[in-house]
Amino acid sequence: MEQFYEILIVIFLVVSGVFGLVGSFGLVKLADPMSRLHAPTKATTLGVGGVLIASMLHSILIEGHLSMHELLITLFLLLTAPITAHFIAKAYIHRHVTPEELPDPGGDHGWATLQKDDDENEVS
Amino acid sequence: MIDIAIHFTFGCFCAAMILTLWKILRAEGVGDRVLALDTMVINVIALIVLYGMRFNTQMIFESALIISMFGFVSTVAYARFMLRGNIIE
Repeated sequence: MEQFYEILIVIFLVVSGVFGLVGSFGLVKLADPMSRLHAPTKATTLGVGGVLIASMLHSILIEGHLSMHELLITLFLLLTAPITAHFIAKAYIHRHVTPEELPDPGGDHGWATLQKDDDENEVS
Repeated sequence: MIDIAIHFTFGCFCAAMILTLWKILRAEGVGDRVLALDTMVINVIALIVLYGMRFNTQMIFESALIISMFGFVSTVAYARFMLRGNIIE
């Protein structure tokens, strides 16, 4: 049974290491900034999540005590990764994209990122 | 067997750190630098957790949690600065 636990932990570790490496390699290798946003926010988050799961399994199955810190870190990382990606994408739109290139948002107002301060004052 | 896997994962994340450092030094725009810094923080968290597994210490997890919080706050602050020109309006 010990052998089976070890194989499980090893699978988690190796898969997460490969995912982390692929995430950073995509950050260097991909061509345009918005596709470069995909690699670190998804692959690297999955990789670090795998490491944390492996650490939790290691403390439960091998050392024999329950550890909840990893769950906290996993939850925090999985919650914050989409928020940071959203902020970086917003900043990219604000700096590099003109309003003519974007599709019609379909509401009463335009894209919130590209609104001028005066327009916001008029709306509110 | 677990030791070999931990060392392999250490190597993977160290190579990932070197790639993100290269990206921070040689990026085309500010957004790429912020993204590379965020990725670097996530890799650091993975390395800290691997260190805790390798040397059987529990104390190291609090530092991983604190570093993840700092990384999130700093990335959001950089993004706000790119978007607005100041951080707290």
